[in-house]
Amino acid sequence: MADFQTDELFGPDASAAPLLNLDAVSVLACAPLARLSLRCRETGVAPAGTAFGLSLPIEPLASETAPNRAAFWLGPDEWMLVAPESHLDQVMDACETALADQPHALVDISHRQDAIIVSGAKAAWLLNTGVPIDLHADAFPLGTITRTVFHKVPIMIWRTGPDSFVIEAWGSFMEYVTGLLVQAADELKAA
Amino acid sequence: MLLIHCPYCGVDRPELEFRCGGEAHIARPLHPSATTDEEWEAFLYLRTNVKGIYAERWRHIHGCGRFFNAVRDTVSDKFLTVYKAGEPKPDLDALARDAQKGETGK
Amino acid sequence: MSQPFRTEKGGRIDRAAEISFTFDGEGMTGHGGDTLASALLANGVHLVGRSFKYHRPRGILTAGSEEPNALVGIYRNGDQTPNLRATQVELYGGLEAISQNRFPALGLDVGAVNDLMSPFFPAGFYYKTFKWPKAFWDRVYEPVIRAAAGLGKPPKNPDHDRYGNLYAHCDVLVIGSGPAGLAAALAAAETGARVILCDEQAELGGSLLSEGSATIDGKLAPDWAGETIAALGAKDNVTLLARTTAFGYFAQNFVALAERLTDHISEPDPNVPRERLWQVRAREVVIAAGALERPMVFPENDRPGIMLADAGRTYLNRYGVKVGHKVLVATACDTAWQAAFDLADHGVEIAAIADMRPNPPDALQAIAQARGLRVETGCVVTGTNGRKRVKSALLGRIVEGGVTSAGDVACDALLMSGGWTPTVSLYSQSRGKVVWDEAVGAFVPGVSVQNERSAGACRGVYGLAATLEDGYAAGEAAAKAATGKTAALARASSNGADAGTGGVLGTLPHDRNASKVKAFVDYQNDVTAKDVKLAVREGMHSIEHIKRYTTTGMATDQGRLSNLNALQIAADALEKPLIDVGLTTFRQPYTPTTFGIFANVSRGDFFDPVRKTPSHGFVEEKGGAFEDVGQWKRAWYFAESGEDMHAAVARECEVVRKSVGLFDASTLGKIEVVGPDAAEFLERMYTNPWKKLAPGRCRYGLMLNDAGFIIDDGVIGRLADDRFHVTTTTGGAAHVFATMEDYLQTEWPDLDVWITSTTEQYAVAALQGPKAREVIAPYIDGIDLSAEAFPHMSVATGTFNGVPCRLFRISFTGELGFEVNVHRRHGKMVWDTLSTEIEKHDGVVYGTETMHVLRADKGYIIVGQETDGTVTPDDAGLTWAIGKKKPDFVGKRGLARPDLVAGGRKQLVGLLTKDPKIVLEEGAQVTKLAKPPAGTPAEGHVTSAYFSPAAGRSIAMALVKDGRSLKGETLNIPMPAGAIAVEVVDPVFYDKDGARLNG
Repeated sequence: MADFQTDELFGPDASAAPLLNLDAVSVLACAPLARLSLRCRETGVAPAGTAFGLSLPIEPLASETAPNRAAFWLGPDEWMLVAPESHLDQVMDACETALADQPHALVDISHRQDAIIVSGAKAAWLLNTGVPIDLHADAFPLGTITRTVFHKVPIMIWRTGPDSFVIEAWGSFMEYVTGLLVQAADELKAA
Repeated sequence: MLLIHCPYCGVDRPELEFRCGGEAHIARPLHPSATTDEEWEAFLYLRTNVKGIYAERWRHIHGCGRFFNAVRDTVSDKFLTVYKAGEPKPDLDALARDAQKGETGK
Repeated sequence: MSQPFRTEKGGRIDRAAEISFTFDGEGMTGHGGDTLASALLANGVHLVGRSFKYHRPRGILTAGSEEPNALVGIYRNGDQTPNLRATQVELYGGLEAISQNRFPALGLDVGAVNDLMSPFFPAGFYYKTFKWPKAFWDRVYEPVIRAAAGLGKPPKNPDHDRYGNLYAHCDVLVIGSGPAGLAAALAAAETGARVILCDEQAELGGSLLSEGSATIDGKLAPDWAGETIAALGAKDNVTLLARTTAFGYFAQNFVALAERLTDHISEPDPNVPRERLWQVRAREVVIAAGALERPMVFPENDRPGIMLADAGRTYLNRYGVKVGHKVLVATACDTAWQAAFDLADHGVEIAAIADMRPNPPDALQAIAQARGLRVETGCVVTGTNGRKRVKSALLGRIVEGGVTSAGDVACDALLMSGGWTPTVSLYSQSRGKVVWDEAVGAFVPGVSVQNERSAGACRGVYGLAATLEDGYAAGEAAAKAATGKTAALARASSNGADAGTGGVLGTLPHDRNASKVKAFVDYQNDVTAKDVKLAVREGMHSIEHIKRYTTTGMATDQGRLSNLNALQIAADALEKPLIDVGLTTFRQPYTPTTFGIFANVSRGDFFDPVRKTPSHGFVEEKGGAFEDVGQWKRAWYFAESGEDMHAAVARECEVVRKSVGLFDASTLGKIEVVGPDAAEFLERMYTNPWKKLAPGRCRYGLMLNDAGFIIDDGVIGRLADDRFHVTTTTGGAAHVFATMEDYLQTEWPDLDVWITSTTEQYAVAALQGPKAREVIAPYIDGIDLSAEAFPHMSVATGTFNGVPCRLFRISFTGELGFEVNVHRRHGKMVWDTLSTEIEKHDGVVYGTETMHVLRADKGYIIVGQETDGTVTPDDAGLTWAIGKKKPDFVGKRGLARPDLVAGGRKQLVGLLTKDPKIVLEEGAQVTKLAKPPAGTPAEGHVTSAYFSPAAGRSIAMALVKDGRSLKGETLNIPMPAGAIAVEVVDPVFYDKDGARLNG
């Protein structure tokens, strides 16, 4: 398991107030990031990784991180590459160059989705109010990445620590996700 | 809610993440214009719709996004096997027999 | 003492906490730990409701969720929840309960006349009575039936409570926390397995809490239960859920639990949901649901004060309540004797123990004798007296060929036991088939069809020692099956609470006039033994028919109390063995479940995701109206002061055609198609040719399904040889993407092309109108906007106000048009910039309604409005969009189907009303004659109709049979106020040669 460099990448958006800030769990909006959808055949995996700066994960639901880089396995020929927002052009150029001879599709999806950080002792509980998959550490260990659903919308969920997760959803779905998380957390305020 | 094994992700996931795509192994003719009206009708509309062991397409739409095939008993809703798109259709009778054995062995 | 039936000591209630509550307005007191039922009984109240059909006075029959009689309404926050079982309602300070199904009062109910009229309400009454005349169905019968139907009154206000949801996973789910459930949880937890233990009752422990003298490991059973639960609760791998009903068992061990969080609290914290839905996926399930005692079916067995023997024991031992001062115990089995002994030990007078068996066990008779209790053997109850509470019971001696009177016995409570019925509901829900067990005298679970096992009394294993052992074994086996792990757990040893023998099914013999007495089988639905026999006589031979004809087993307990007795009565009437009659199916939910827990968070703002565009705040500020398009909120129109929608749309239309309009097109689906085979893929997916489209150019794309019908359309721009920017309709975005994936993955996996949804990567501002170029020009860099360099149907990348942009020159209005695509988070900046800029050019912002009118002027179709899934390109006049030289595309073969090439298809045409002011109704039928004879099929229907400022009149589009050959002819639109005459025209009403597009 690679070290997690999430702080550099998925950092809270300093300009935004916390969406939820309880002792047991908090929900913070992430600052913008460069996100690329990479689709390619097996032969493209190695050169793409070299260009991006880490080995693309080939195990299902796996992630790899390096300084200022994260790569997520999303499907057998699909990865999401994440880098700081300012690295977008540089990453895109490097990958396009490395894959020039390979059939591939590299698409900028930086703005398609937004990210939040859900962390705290009750993070998994809070997520499971809408996420139907098992988030127990045995079933969903550190570094696991997957798409799934939160109530009625598709999301992506990445475990970045025993009690911390990054959730991504398409921009127009994020209000639904955060609204329901905040509402579900109300009972944690009860005496 | 069914629990479905995705052969690409290698995990069991709730039905909420999937969409059923109807009967499997209905290949679109390679040269549609060469088909007769009857053949095209069969491709478009005719399905076996069995009560029992059925090979059907599923897509892990809120997961890896892949289509795969699954053999399900439409009576018990039990999945007998799943396999990746492009892999040959398994012997449904053999699967049914194995399932029967497993049942009585319980 | 204000609670005359409370014991001096004992029970699990908090005697220090006295709680006030009201029942039908009368103030009473109880204690913490009471249920409403136990508190009422402590106050001597047995009469709590009226029966459904006959309005007979009814009392508390049970101490659990199976209670058929004691249904009450609970007032809270100005509204009431009806039909709650008093046996499950926990007492809290200030609780307000009301009885139901009585008028004007519980003690005096005019509906009770139904009881005297009962000969007129036989089984199948509704089916026999409300048949004719037909005119009475909705005018007379329905109001009468509706007025009489139901028990409690439904709440009138919106549900002010909230409901939570939690998805949970575990290795072993144990349902029920009696001896079997606790032992199973202990054994499973010991292996380290993740265990969830749930129980519907307020306190975990199940039947152990009702034990007076039995011991486990030398401790009284309730004490052992308490210690065991505390030990389980301390484990990280165990979740304990009291007040939690497993109400549904679904495929692959998916079990739904309803946890009640606040109903028992006087002043709940508003932050806490009232209930939580647990959606549990368990590797293994242990059902330890216990068994229910069966009522005995003897005449007048429904008077208040008549109750199940074990309920009487539970009220005594768990709640410290004596159900009466002089109690008759009538039984067919051993266990009821213990109720008599426990009551006697608390100083209650036992009128008699009447056991219908000729030779009950000597040991029991010896204990009774030691306590000086009167015992009658071979003796049944043949009737009872007492209107609002039982006063006495008639006894009968069973003799050769019948029953002879054995006198009457005064009593103020009658405890009965017909034996035990294992609770197989959840097993049955898991799709298992029950089997008859002769030794148990009941149906028990058969083969498991899911990863499930039953333990203890719910599978006919009775007696404390055997039940505990069965639980341990089930817990160990479940954990091993789930995790492969085992652990050695020392077994607790128990003493007492033996299984006993005995039991009876069906009606008891009696010496009364069978046609005059009522012996109830299903209390809640007022079904008597006579009704079941009548149903059989009238030809109902299947138990499913008998159930529906008589309504037996259709009450809230789903027949858990009544089924076996009803089956035996039916079997006797059919002269068939009971097992040949069969058992009805138990379905979800196990007990009544609130609508709120199902609706859960899907209400109000969270009913469905609300998707907003970058202009959302602007539209709100400007007071624009929104239209729901799928989950999206889109601006509909922007009325200025004094304007209605019609005036606003007319103004917006005119300004767009005269100067410029700004429209938020962000919701359009966008798909980036990338890869060496991108053009080949689009060639196959769309009707149009794509290979020769040059980068920088756009084309209208039409998508069919393989049947040949239009399913979507949109403009597609080629950004590079291997990259296309595809747009789809707003509503079709997800479906088009899924359809493309389907063909790509399953039919053409060899193609080197991938698709990515970019709907939300880009925000889109559309500028339409002759001044569109002037408006955007100051902000665009890197693109030559001249008509020569950037003609209609072009795409280019540059920047807008410094941010990257994909600029399309396209039009859905017939005017010069541009669509500015920028990254989503820049969408608001672009919108704000352009909405300010257009003001300098006397422009407008416009919404979807104006967009619809402007495109109709030009005859542009909207998929889903002009099409309905049965419209071909030729029908819609779009044959020009088909690449005729292509060997194949999705839908090509379909278009050659005989029914699609035959004449007589409906074709898209324009309609002009003879009176230009009349706007047709969309969906209206089109006919040839103004007054077609009844039964004449329509020639077609109106698909779109608006008032068009550009045309200066109303316009319409319609699908009409052979419409294109009817141009110039007059057709009719029959309406309630008379037919509207229309002329068939070409469906382009403005700028037919398209000059304005190319400005």
